[in-house]
Amino acid sequence: MFYDALIGPFAEFEFMRRALAGVVALAFGAGPVGVLLMLRRMSLMGDAMAHAILPGAALGFMVAGFNLFAMTLGGFIAGIVVAVLAGLVARTTQLREDASLAAFFIVSLALGVTLVSVRGTNVDLMHFLFGNVLALDNATLMLVAAITTISLLVFAVIWRPLVMECVDPAFLRTVSRAGGPVHMAFLALVVLNLVAGFQALGTLLSVGLMMLPAVAMRFWARDIAGMVGGAIAIAVASGLAGLLLSFHANLPAGPAIILVAGAFCLGSILLGRVGGYASRLIPRTHLEG
Amino acid sequence: MSAVLEFRNLTLGYDRHPAVHHLNGKVDAGALLAVVGPNGAGKSTLFKGILGLIPPLSGGIDLAGLRQRDIAYLPQAADIDRSFPISLYDLVAMGLWRNAGLFGSISRADRTRIETALEAVGLTGFEQRAIGTLSPGQMQRVLFARLLLQDARMIVLDEPFNAVDAKTVSDLVALVQRWHGEKRTVIAALHDLDLVRNTFPDALLLAREPVAWGATQTVLTAENLLKARRMCEAFDEHADACRVDAA
Repeated sequence: MFYDALIGPFAEFEFMRRALAGVVALAFGAGPVGVLLMLRRMSLMGDAMAHAILPGAALGFMVAGFNLFAMTLGGFIAGIVVAVLAGLVARTTQLREDASLAAFFIVSLALGVTLVSVRGTNVDLMHFLFGNVLALDNATLMLVAAITTISLLVFAVIWRPLVMECVDPAFLRTVSRAGGPVHMAFLALVVLNLVAGFQALGTLLSVGLMMLPAVAMRFWARDIAGMVGGAIAIAVASGLAGLLLSFHANLPAGPAIILVAGAFCLGSILLGRVGGYASRLIPRTHLEG
Repeated sequence: MSAVLEFRNLTLGYDRHPAVHHLNGKVDAGALLAVVGPNGAGKSTLFKGILGLIPPLSGGIDLAGLRQRDIAYLPQAADIDRSFPISLYDLVAMGLWRNAGLFGSISRADRTRIETALEAVGLTGFEQRAIGTLSPGQMQRVLFARLLLQDARMIVLDEPFNAVDAKTVSDLVALVQRWHGEKRTVIAALHDLDLVRNTFPDALLLAREPVAWGATQTVLTAENLLKARRMCEAFDEHADACRVDAA
């Protein structure tokens, strides 16, 4: 019974094992990226960037078909271009960065859908928008694992200035010139992890594995290390539970994973120790000092 | 005494409008200088100029042998994200950046220095508090602890005692005097003239243009203060190009 429910699907079917490996690899990159996006008040920026990679991936698809390398490279370049252009427009005109990003990403999405539809079928389009976590081949798994490894290494290098830039950017400016390069490196990590997530969850859902665990952890951890660790754990748990849910209830796998992550998020908002609704409703006597 | 900072016909400003206009003068090494003037007099602009955060419109600033990183700076409204989940201890530890950098470990000696700095500002026991739980006065103490750790040869304080109670002011002024005793150069923008008279040997009265600069009692005269206020109220949106340089 226990075996059938939790282990059997993975023991029996290779595509389930591959999907699980992919989601676990994604979780280790998306966790820290999502927490930093949230703490930098860039949560929606992650969503926008996810859409922005679509036309690049679509161009790769038009040129080379379902070629992993072409689609990944195209998506990465498109994401970086939109991030840089949006930043440039924000700095050189009166438009704020969020507004300029909103303008760019919705055009990117329309352009991407158009490009895919011109060359491919509706099934292709669904693959682009929602990914196909149950069809990860070796090359894709290697790519996701490589991106996660790179992300963790880069985080190790830029962690201190990145945190300092979030907390007190003016101070970092007076002690170091690292602020600008560190911000760019972080944006590159965001795009890289979205490109990785795109393979499994598509442009519309990949940001979910990034943001939902981070938002959930805001209600549990008081320090950033706890948030990152917890976010990775929630992302892994969402992947595992989502895949099982999709297997047993015959639901699409990608949306099932994101729905489970969403349930974690909702549960945390309600029950979280740090500022969740329950902690406010249950009165606790104040301390002596 | 040797000058550590020299302004040469310095003009700083925004959109070509000068906020600090034709400032000349030297700050000696080890000086304790108060910069006084009405709101909008150009005090913060001058400090940003010293820190190299804005380029001069004309003229220049000579940091005799000092590098930008030898200057510790406390901005007027530190734009710290108070909701960020970081402890007071970690925020203070940022002052060690020059030694620790990207990877350097925080050694046992560094930990002692952090503890000493927290003790100096009276925050022992608060180490693990999140910065979001601090009052403005406590926050200012934290920022002074970070300045202590920066161990800088010049310290620039922009209105450091706003929204701070009398006890905190006297504690923090004691730190300023300690820095002065250690021969560090301290420049502070202040509004409390009694504090300036009692604590700061030198003063610069600024009203976009320098009104007076020298020993505090000769600078802070009623006459000079009135002059400063009048000069600051005159701002011409459609001013012509300044001809002083050409003359």
